Amino acid sequence: MKTVLKLEDITMQFGGVVAVNNLSMHVDEGEIVSLIGPNGAGKTTVFNVITGVYEATNGRVSFEENPMLENFPKGKMKTLYAGENAGVYTATMVKTPDKITEMGIARTFQNIRLFKSMTVLENVVTAMHLRRKSNFFTATFMLDRAERKKFVEKAEALLKEVDLFDLKDELATSLPYGKQRRLEIARALATEPKLLLLDEPAAGMNPQETEDLTKFIHSIRDKFGLTIFLIEHHMNLVMDISDRIYVIDFGKQIAEGTPAEIQDNQKVIDAYLGVADNE
Amino acid sequence: MEKTNKKSLVYALAAILCLLLAVSLLENLNLWITVPKWLKPTSMLFTVLKKGAVYSLIAVSLNLLNGFTGLFSLGHAGFMLLGAYTYAIFCTPIDVKTSVFYKYGGSSVNFSFVEMYEKLFGENMLSVSLGVITAMILAGLVAALVAFLIGLPVLRLKSDYLAIATLGFAEIVRALFQWEAPFWGKITNGANMIKGFPKFSDFNIKGANGQVVYYMSTLVPFLFAGACIAIMVLIIRSTHGRAFKAIRDDEIAAEAMGINLAKHKMLSFCTSAFFAGIGGVMYAMYTTTVQAKPFTSALTYEILLIVVIGGIGSVSGSCLASFLFIACSEWWLRFLDKETVIGSFRVPLLRDGFRMVVFSVVIMIIVLFFRRGIMGDKELPDVMRNLGKKISQKKLKAKEGATDENGTEA
Repeated sequence: MKTVLKLEDITMQFGGVVAVNNLSMHVDEGEIVSLIGPNGAGKTTVFNVITGVYEATNGRVSFEENPMLENFPKGKMKTLYAGENAGVYTATMVKTPDKITEMGIARTFQNIRLFKSMTVLENVVTAMHLRRKSNFFTATFMLDRAERKKFVEKAEALLKEVDLFDLKDELATSLPYGKQRRLEIARALATEPKLLLLDEPAAGMNPQETEDLTKFIHSIRDKFGLTIFLIEHHMNLVMDISDRIYVIDFGKQIAEGTPAEIQDNQKVIDAYLGVADNE
Repeated sequence: MEKTNKKSLVYALAAILCLLLAVSLLENLNLWITVPKWLKPTSMLFTVLKKGAVYSLIAVSLNLLNGFTGLFSLGHAGFMLLGAYTYAIFCTPIDVKTSVFYKYGGSSVNFSFVEMYEKLFGENMLSVSLGVITAMILAGLVAALVAFLIGLPVLRLKSDYLAIATLGFAEIVRALFQWEAPFWGKITNGANMIKGFPKFSDFNIKGANGQVVYYMSTLVPFLFAGACIAIMVLIIRSTHGRAFKAIRDDEIAAEAMGINLAKHKMLSFCTSAFFAGIGGVMYAMYTTTVQAKPFTSALTYEILLIVVIGGIGSVSGSCLASFLFIACSEWWLRFLDKETVIGSFRVPLLRDGFRMVVFSVVIMIIVLFFRRGIMGDKELPDVMRNLGKKISQKKLKAKEGATDENGTEA
């Protein structure tokens, strides 16, 4: 099986604070992999490193078995660096988030970030901008009519998929919370990703909605041939949905395995519940 | 959706055509019938219409940047200046230049677009128009090129910092064009003015005896401004325009959806500067002379004020606001500047400068009561459609009420 995403020795250090410490993981094609950990463990930081929002201090990220991002401590970081594997990486590869999205990694956000002034349909069509064939001139003088039509049709099909078609002309921000989440996923799908990163998709949802979300994530994976990597706090969802789970605490990986293995892992239980002091 | 789009496009075009016809009719009425004083070609009405058209274009170009891309830039006076000077340098006839540039012993740019076309097509309206249009495009390109160069470092900044940097740029450009160095003065005429280039009144069609047979001087700015604004509307409605709006709404989300921030910000900045350059050309044609002095930051603020009053993110709001703004500041409030005596009663407060006091109060009231501008971020057609819906609903309700009454009577 092909490895879609691979992180090798990723360390993210802000000043003296090591947010992610020497993290290695991989996501294979067609898998649903979860990343869990207590609050402040560095989960979202991992997402931000993968999507190019932050530049990792050390380590390498590969996408579809090609190196995508790579960095090593330099400048002031050379002396400040508190992570491991300092000498292993010698190349610097930086990509802006839009380039990474273009390669086929799309994401959603923990706190919903829809385009506020736009309708539901426009939100989805905007995300197709990067797949356009028209240039500034042809787009301005409406020489791209075929493409415009194609975009709208595709967006409408996507909205039907996520059950928001009836609301397509509503303002995105006027939707209820759960639907905004689904719209965010639809918008991410519009960029034609191979790997979808979901940052707490079930945040603020009730048990019924969470159950629906499980089905929904499965269905979009099968329909669009996606690989899904998600951060989540709802343990029911995580255990139901994941093929594999990574657990991190204080930026360090403490466990990896199937849901059943993770449930029995003493380290994970300690991280979540704390260790009793016997002194 | 396609169908309603086409329909609204036809309506919009028809409305614009009607407006142009009305303007042309209005300014030519005095040729055919005796008209009241306010319709004479020298009337304030036409000054307001001309200046309003010029300001509309500039306000919409600023709105493209501030309102649609969310880049708070205050460099517009600089881009206008570049456009105005490019036009003046390349459109003033050569023999006029020698007298205008007397301090520097003539201009080093011995070239004029108008004369170039006159050699090709003879001395007629066609060569003047072609010359002006060519110079306009060149002026826009110069402004866009400069915008590109300063955009490289400056567009990394955000919000207030960008505003300060662009403001600084505009002031530097103004200082540069007042520089009195001999080699530079040969191009820009130092701090002195350049004049003699084609202006709006040169488009009036004259008969054999020099009498005007058809006035074009108000129609021409409307045509130029209309064409430029139409192009900007097309940009806003295109996929790139949507990308601009996405950047305005949420930069991080826009980038995550694959929109290249640097590229699109630059695109918006250069486009805005391009049309500001053209706006500068029209400003020069309106004022008939070009000098660096009026292109101060106060000019930018004036335009920013128009954009805010019209509604940040509304093209029709900007247009509407520029006409209202110009009419208020130039025409309707003029009487406040004159000492007025009714009978033996001298009206208090009315004296030179009082107009600006009242004007400021009017603006404060507008900003207080229309917090998001006259139009908010809506366009005129949307507002009309909503109004139409409301009226038809009211009618329907009235009808229902009537039938109900009938029903009870029966």
